[in-house]
Amino acid sequence: MSRAALLCAAGLAAALVYPLLVPNYLVNIGMLVFFTAFIGQSWNIAGGFAGQTSFGHVVFFGTGAYTSTILQVTYGWNPWLAWPAATAMGGFVGWMIAVLSFRAGLRGSYFALITLAFAEVFRILANSVPFTKGGLGMLIKADQRPINFQFKDPIWIYYLALLLCLVSVVIAWHLTRSRFGARLVAIRENEDAARALGIDVFAEKVKVLTLSGAMCAAGGTFYAQKYLYIDPSIAFGVDKSVEMLLVSMVGGAGTIFGPLIGSFTLMGINEATRWLASVVPALKNVQPLSLIVYGIMLILIVARLPNGLMGLFRRGPARA
Amino acid sequence: MLDPAFLLAGVLNGLLAGGIYVLVAVGLTLIYGVLHIINFAHGSLLMLAMYAVFWLWRLVGIDPYAALPLVIAGSFAFGFVLYRLLIGRYNHGRDENILLITLGLSIVFDNAALLFFGGNTQTIDVPYAGTFVELGAAFLPLPKIISFVASLILCAALALYMALSDTGKAIRAVAKERQGARLVGIDVETVFAVSYGIGIACLGAAACLLMPTYYVTPSSGHAFVLVAFTIVVLGGMGSFVGAAVGGLVIGVTESLGGLFLGEQLGQIGISLIFILILLLKPTGLFGSKA
Amino acid sequence: MLEVRDISKAFGGLKAVDHASLDVKQGEIVGLIGPNGAGKTTLFATIAGFHRPDAGTVAFDGKAITGLAPHRICAAGMVRTFQITQPFAGISVRENIMVGAYFRTADRHLAAREAETVAAMVGMDDQLDRRGADLTVAGRKRLELARALATGPRLLLLDEVMAGLNPTEIVEIVGVIKDIRAAGVTILLIEHVMQAVTSLAERVYVLNQGRMIAEGTPAAIAENPQVVEAYLGPGAAKVLRA
Repeated sequence: MSRAALLCAAGLAAALVYPLLVPNYLVNIGMLVFFTAFIGQSWNIAGGFAGQTSFGHVVFFGTGAYTSTILQVTYGWNPWLAWPAATAMGGFVGWMIAVLSFRAGLRGSYFALITLAFAEVFRILANSVPFTKGGLGMLIKADQRPINFQFKDPIWIYYLALLLCLVSVVIAWHLTRSRFGARLVAIRENEDAARALGIDVFAEKVKVLTLSGAMCAAGGTFYAQKYLYIDPSIAFGVDKSVEMLLVSMVGGAGTIFGPLIGSFTLMGINEATRWLASVVPALKNVQPLSLIVYGIMLILIVARLPNGLMGLFRRGPARA
Repeated sequence: MLDPAFLLAGVLNGLLAGGIYVLVAVGLTLIYGVLHIINFAHGSLLMLAMYAVFWLWRLVGIDPYAALPLVIAGSFAFGFVLYRLLIGRYNHGRDENILLITLGLSIVFDNAALLFFGGNTQTIDVPYAGTFVELGAAFLPLPKIISFVASLILCAALALYMALSDTGKAIRAVAKERQGARLVGIDVETVFAVSYGIGIACLGAAACLLMPTYYVTPSSGHAFVLVAFTIVVLGGMGSFVGAAVGGLVIGVTESLGGLFLGEQLGQIGISLIFILILLLKPTGLFGSKA
Repeated sequence: MLEVRDISKAFGGLKAVDHASLDVKQGEIVGLIGPNGAGKTTLFATIAGFHRPDAGTVAFDGKAITGLAPHRICAAGMVRTFQITQPFAGISVRENIMVGAYFRTADRHLAAREAETVAAMVGMDDQLDRRGADLTVAGRKRLELARALATGPRLLLLDEVMAGLNPTEIVEIVGVIKDIRAAGVTILLIEHVMQAVTSLAERVYVLNQGRMIAEGTPAAIAENPQVVEAYLGPGAAKVLRA
């Protein structure tokens, strides 16, 4: 235990020092690693711990991004105040989808597909209703002052991403040690047995999706503030859903550090393919190449390594 | 108010599109009915088949309709091998696993297409594309009518094959009672692979019928996957009749949605139907069990 | 303690349970037997809140619990196990039992200690760190028992805890069940095998084709011609007596 704690402390120290030593380009990559780990963790809490696989988690991400951006751009809110509001809105959407889906008894693949459809509905709405400015997307006026949740020096947005990631890890850690977390795992492993043991399965699933939705929405606001622009296909497109699912699955669904490891790995693949593309001119399209690798990894992980890359390191309960 | 003739044209166009959706959905529902797996790669496999049709035309000059037998056979072989090498090995345990594996496949296929074929929209200019048939007040493109009829004929042929041939009987036996089928000596794993192959062959056929009037891009699969699932869920997972009715209903919904709500918002109907069916009647219109 | 009155439950057109009634008094071990497909498990699931009955009532400690959700019934003090064991496969035996123990406490250390106590009671204290998926049939049956026990029930519904066990294992689990009763837990158990019940239960109910056909001491039940026929087919009783 103390060895693990030492490792965590060393990792955190390295993460704190890192941006002071590297050029801005690498600071930005570090920021993306922690940010992706954060939204991945929001997926992991519902999909990994509680086993409620979602294909449309972006619905929360987009809800958060649009809520804070609209409050800011249209109603003149300060983004720091809009952030908790966006987080709450994400929680509300999570609650709503959970109540509807779980009341109808949807499980497994059906739940995954209905989340995808919800995300699609939100995407189309964002594309069509006036207050999101439709397909044009929304621009946040650049005014790089911390009071505006905008930073001149990328190091601050890096530290903010690190902080988010840290919070999400603490939440996941807490799940492994609390009654709530134990109940989520029980629901994932066997819903009927969980019910028989006195767990209000419906209530717990609603709780976890509310939490997960709120976290993911907080990530949405962060994203909007970093890039100062969102549109329906960024905010509600399937790519982000897949990304969240991938980092958790690849790193290790239902583990504390899975999303972080997955995020590191995927960023590593990204950079490796970028390098490969720079030396092999035939492979000038980088993006699809790394996504192909992701896809293959997802297949291999589901087929061979149910605990993801974490499974390689961790000694779980003895296996026969 | 809208001109009724305009409305009629919308309905007819929707029916024509729906006719091809039927073929796509029949493939999906067959795979579900027999293997009890949700084939999330369905849209991406359709996209691959559409590219096959495109390249056959571009490189060899084969007309999309003439390519039917070749593409159907190729799609069947592709599906059969895919099942044998990958899907069949993990077709056990939690149902989300196979969903995730087929999601992985669709990511690989979509991006491989992007890598090799580029992101451009590709179309086939068949010489008869500009021919229209006048039906009442509606002018309908001839290829759409040909495709509609061909799709329904192919579906009927498949239904007959399932009803009468030995393979079809074996497939139905496995779908109903796989343990029992195993006991009476049916090679269940082969039946699974054949069923998956037939499901993908339906996509091959649909690709041939779509290409004369439709376009293909690497993201075409994504556009079709939710449509296909909506049809199948609407009709009832595993139901042939359901897929047929669902396909036509969704075709018309899409067409009228576009007419009344506009290009953007019109797409919402499909997702809403999907959600409402799952929430209110997950067995669909013709399904027997959840 | 438990009063089941005229419970009926049909699936489609098939009447799985047809006006079945039974009573369990505090401190008893009561058996529920019947041939395969008699509706025993359906009756159990209905009592425990997994199915809503079409008709009839269930009362526990004099309070109506008909149709309540399983977690509410568990809160009242009644918990069931599954005939087809349902371990949480990916987590350890300790964590499995802790899920049950968490029903009474939110404190992790208390739950862990409770899990160890219960594990010792069912003879699993040497397997606490094994994965649920890696247990033998006998181990899974004990785990079912342990998890249910950890919720602190006053009435345990055991669904065929002895099926699939060898004679030695049966003797062991019979001992465990007796200990549990001695600790003050009332028990209603389903068994397909009659012998297993006779060594445990004071009273036995017999269910056949959804109907309760007999009730009495194990010895009386074994003599009951209706019961013999239910198990062996019509006319069997006459043959046996001859």
